[in-house]
Amino acid sequence: MSDAEQPTDDHVPGAEEEEFEPIQVFPEAEEMDLRPGADNCYKCSTCDTNCPVAEVDDEFPGPKFQGPEQWRLKRQDDHDIDDSVMKCSNCMRCDSACPSEVPLSQMHNTARGEYVEEQMDTFSREYLRNRILANYRRLAPLAAAFPRTANFVMGLSVTKWMGEKLLGITSERDFPEFATETFREWWTKRGGAKVENPDKRIAYFHGCYSNYNTPEVAKALVRVYEHFGYEIMVPDQSCSGTPMFANGMLEDARRAAETNVRELAAALEDGADIVASCSSCSMSLRQEYPELFDFENTESVAENTWDAVEYLRVHEDLEGELEGRSVDGDEFDDFAYHAPCHSRNQGLDGQTIEVLSVIDGIEAHDVGDSCSGISGTYGWKEENYETSMKIGEEMFEHMDAADAETGLTECPTCSMQMEHGTGYEIKHTLEVLEAALVGSGSAASGRREAG
Amino acid sequence: MAIEDDVLVIGGGLAGATAALAAADAAPDVRVRLVTYKQSTLRHASGLIDILGYAPDSPEEGPLVDPFDALSDLPEGHPYERVGSDAVREALAFFDDVAGDAYAGDHTDANALVPTHGGTVKPTARYPVSTADGLASDDRDALLVGFETLPDFEAPLAAAHLEAAGAPFSARGATIPFPGVVRDDAKVTRYAHLLDQDETVTTGAGETGAREALATTVAERLGDESRVGFPAVLGDEHAAEVRADLAAALGADVFEVPMGPPSLPGMRLEDLLYDALEEAGVRVTSGVPVIDYETAEADAVAADGGSGGDRIERVVVDRNGTEIPYRADQYVLATGGLVGKGVRSERERVFEPIFDCHVPHAADRYDWFVDDVFGDQPYARFGLASDRELRPLDADDEPEFSNLRAAGAVLGGYDFAAEKSGAGVSLATGYVAGTRAGEEAE
Repeated sequence: MSDAEQPTDDHVPGAEEEEFEPIQVFPEAEEMDLRPGADNCYKCSTCDTNCPVAEVDDEFPGPKFQGPEQWRLKRQDDHDIDDSVMKCSNCMRCDSACPSEVPLSQMHNTARGEYVEEQMDTFSREYLRNRILANYRRLAPLAAAFPRTANFVMGLSVTKWMGEKLLGITSERDFPEFATETFREWWTKRGGAKVENPDKRIAYFHGCYSNYNTPEVAKALVRVYEHFGYEIMVPDQSCSGTPMFANGMLEDARRAAETNVRELAAALEDGADIVASCSSCSMSLRQEYPELFDFENTESVAENTWDAVEYLRVHEDLEGELEGRSVDGDEFDDFAYHAPCHSRNQGLDGQTIEVLSVIDGIEAHDVGDSCSGISGTYGWKEENYETSMKIGEEMFEHMDAADAETGLTECPTCSMQMEHGTGYEIKHTLEVLEAALVGSGSAASGRREAG
Repeated sequence: MAIEDDVLVIGGGLAGATAALAAADAAPDVRVRLVTYKQSTLRHASGLIDILGYAPDSPEEGPLVDPFDALSDLPEGHPYERVGSDAVREALAFFDDVAGDAYAGDHTDANALVPTHGGTVKPTARYPVSTADGLASDDRDALLVGFETLPDFEAPLAAAHLEAAGAPFSARGATIPFPGVVRDDAKVTRYAHLLDQDETVTTGAGETGAREALATTVAERLGDESRVGFPAVLGDEHAAEVRADLAAALGADVFEVPMGPPSLPGMRLEDLLYDALEEAGVRVTSGVPVIDYETAEADAVAADGGSGGDRIERVVVDRNGTEIPYRADQYVLATGGLVGKGVRSERERVFEPIFDCHVPHAADRYDWFVDDVFGDQPYARFGLASDRELRPLDADDEPEFSNLRAAGAVLGGYDFAAEKSGAGVSLATGYVAGTRAGEEAE
């Protein structure tokens, strides 16, 4: 037996008899400490080649610097977080790039939180703007109460001009339209679940966007799941937290997460699995919550959260059910499909193409693996608009080249960018499934307009 | 329910992609899926396809002229010995088909000598067309161009090394600023993107496209040389166009010198393979690890004829904490070696993490390595032992599972870094494992 298997310590008499315990190199962490993870980075730089921001922005030093290198520097307490961390768009592509399991996006989220907490002036225009963007969920109810007025005001060029001059929100983009009836209003009006089934039950995490802006996506989920005999619960919920992580507003995110974990854990108690239709929401519940928070039940909520389509693939014979079905109407023709970064990171990038290939008469063309560039609130900031469009250029080119004039994706902000860059109308996979499984007649009303 | 397929390939590198393509090719009606955890290590790869550059037992004799000549002398257990040299040839022909005109070198069995970024020459069987004009056997004089902001390629040093190594031409190096890049540590993708999109950059001469600006800067240094070598960052999606534009503006042939990781030629090879997978109808699931497996009930194994070992019923994929079952009839394990983490080690043992297949290694970890850093390191050969069907073998030389095959660096018995055989072994074993899996699943 070698001495490394049973090491001895010559300086300590009698140490040979004691059981060997490896040395604890790092002290027991009392708060988030990512330095040990930094040591797994062997600087292969693969993450840097996946960073859509570093590819087009000469100022951005890339994920390897933002993550492991920054946390190494911080071993000495006199280093501040580098302000370039605010240029990271939180696409999280570096995570699946890393061959060495370095928790890159967790490092970025934590660094951003620390930067905002300790270095950003809370009276600055940037802080105010970021807080407003990150907390869209807080403003949305007001707009949703007066959707027509809100849409009118937000569409005014003077509003956009003021947004850019006062807040640094780009005037290039059109604000998303608010639906005249939110999903939750519709849900209450219809009297909640139409199917009762103690054996097949899901809790739907609809997120903000499909509630306030695209309720047709949420309704599609309801109809598809009811088609398979599921009882649907719609628990109280807050924002998933994604825009807050991306802006370093970790305290806001913590409050939102606490509500979500509590409500969703209660749904689990009632025998439901959690299902989300937005890929950033599911990413947040599944990966970011356990990485950043430790409320009771955070882990069980993460482990029991599913992407809406994948859940049906695993629990039902979704493809068998779709076999031989076709979709009526011109609006469901071929699609130019973009897999959002947060779908990609969950291993779901090929799913939509696979599932839709079974349906007769429509085909979804993958428009490649580039990032759309908007990354939630990122592309809304005046200073990022140009970068955001440069990143998206490859996707726009591929969408133009694809044999389709309707876009398809599962991410609300990707769909904004796809529409903005190409003028295509954008749909969600669940809407196509709804049309194939229960007919498109009911879906046609309340559909959002392109442009 | 589970996600259902006929052949499931685990691992998305050269071996895994080849296995999936070969399975789809061998049995067109069979549904093939590839599951890969992290992005493949192809991004670390030079993009060169080596079969065998040096004989494993006599590397000091220098690079091999004909790799196929040497295959019959390989020791028992070497992956090439397992599959046989005919399979190596078939696999290479299969690759040539997939690569089309993106790769060169198929006109001869002899190894080509490709200059690398350190100024050494590497014996290789196939090379990207972007490096074709740079071969060391070509006697035209060459200008090597490096960029001030890209420290990985020191052009004057590489040129001096090439001449010292006896290249039959004179090489000269020049270091220039890259128009449009000011960051000291700009990413290789940044250079590629500027050229790909021909973005407008500002130089002393005003605003021009990046390609023209680069050519103008280089032209000032160009002498009588009829070819110019750049580090391999000349575009990504539109690489051929970038090279052609530069060559036209310079009046000289343009080639790329393969670089260390992360590597654009490796990424382009990855794109080429994944386009081929899409074309072949292979379903790809990426970003999630396979973490576990379940075997079939005992009676199902008996019904199968008991062809050695258990039968894998399904594997479990971890989707950020949620466990998703994937079922197939045949499985191929192509998860890479120690670097790709298909083989892992702890203080007490070396192991294969998904199926816990047997990895032969000494019990005492002090026997895993030798003190000479460049010596014949035992750990470099760590990996699974297999039968000629490429089924991993347990400690008693029996197949671990009747429906599992292994391919690529997860296999042991060879030192790809020393013998320059990494890509060739991945191709040959991926081809054989995929073909057999496809045939058996049919």
